[in-house]
Amino acid sequence: MGVGSFFTSKLDEAIGWARKYSIFQYPFVTACCGMEYMATACSHYDIDRFGAGLPRFSPRQADVLFVVGTISHKMAPVLKRIYDQMTEPKWVVAFGVCTCTGGFYDNYATVQGIDTIIPVDIYIPGCPPRPESVIDGLMKLQDKIVAQAQRY
Amino acid sequence: MPILDELRRRFGDAIVETEDHRGDLTAIVARDALLGVLAHCRDEAALAFDVLMDLTAVDYQKFPGREDGPRFEVVYHLYSIARNHRLRLKVRVDEDDARVPSALGLWPIANWLEREVWDMFGVRFEGHPDLRRLLLYEEFIGHPLRKDYPINRRQPLIGPAS
Repeated sequence: MGVGSFFTSKLDEAIGWARKYSIFQYPFVTACCGMEYMATACSHYDIDRFGAGLPRFSPRQADVLFVVGTISHKMAPVLKRIYDQMTEPKWVVAFGVCTCTGGFYDNYATVQGIDTIIPVDIYIPGCPPRPESVIDGLMKLQDKIVAQAQRY
Repeated sequence: MPILDELRRRFGDAIVETEDHRGDLTAIVARDALLGVLAHCRDEAALAFDVLMDLTAVDYQKFPGREDGPRFEVVYHLYSIARNHRLRLKVRVDEDDARVPSALGLWPIANWLEREVWDMFGVRFEGHPDLRRLLLYEEFIGHPLRKDYPINRRQPLIGPAS
């Protein structure tokens, strides 16, 4: 067997590498950020480069929950249920300021940040975030996935 | 304008005030006469207001010049498809006595519109069969479009629907 025909690694790292490049997202789109999400998800920015090109429209098939847009108090139980329906391992991305903090909707109807309902891994601020910030967030999520202790 | 003249002639003192702003007609109606005026507007052939376009309310608390007057105005926007004309009717109600007769019998759409006004302003509609909140959830405390509702008041989060 010649040099270079095999390499050694840790199982954790191998799994992290695999998971990092097979991000199946579930877009939970409620508001105007959805337009920016669609722009980012389309061919121009080619997020298939990061293995995140295929959104799954069922939370049971998805790894990453993209919460895209304002979450109202009335929507909060629905979001919680969607999150609970996803199987482990799972990650959550808060897309846009509304999901991060409530944004400028400092009022009676809006949840002041989705981290009051579900745990969040990556916050992408912006109103709406530029595709560059979304891709940056996606890459940060990949770094997080590969660095964390893998459960399998 | 003939519509306002006709209403004043027919209902007399029940029409508190009228205004014609460049053809934009408004009449302020006494609460006791409201259902009669609305029914007349709908059924009179010359008026034929067959659509209740909108039903909403305004909170005049702390409004400059209106501090002493009744706090709420409930506003009815009427439209006639056949005659292509519009009319705005307003009813003034006090905070202590925020009740208005329901227009549900005249226009079925009033059902949800009145529920919304109850939800947002806390004005009751007497005779409404199901005056529940429309937009907000049952656990919500207060009426958020009232001027004295604190803008940054936080309500408790509601749990997952079972």
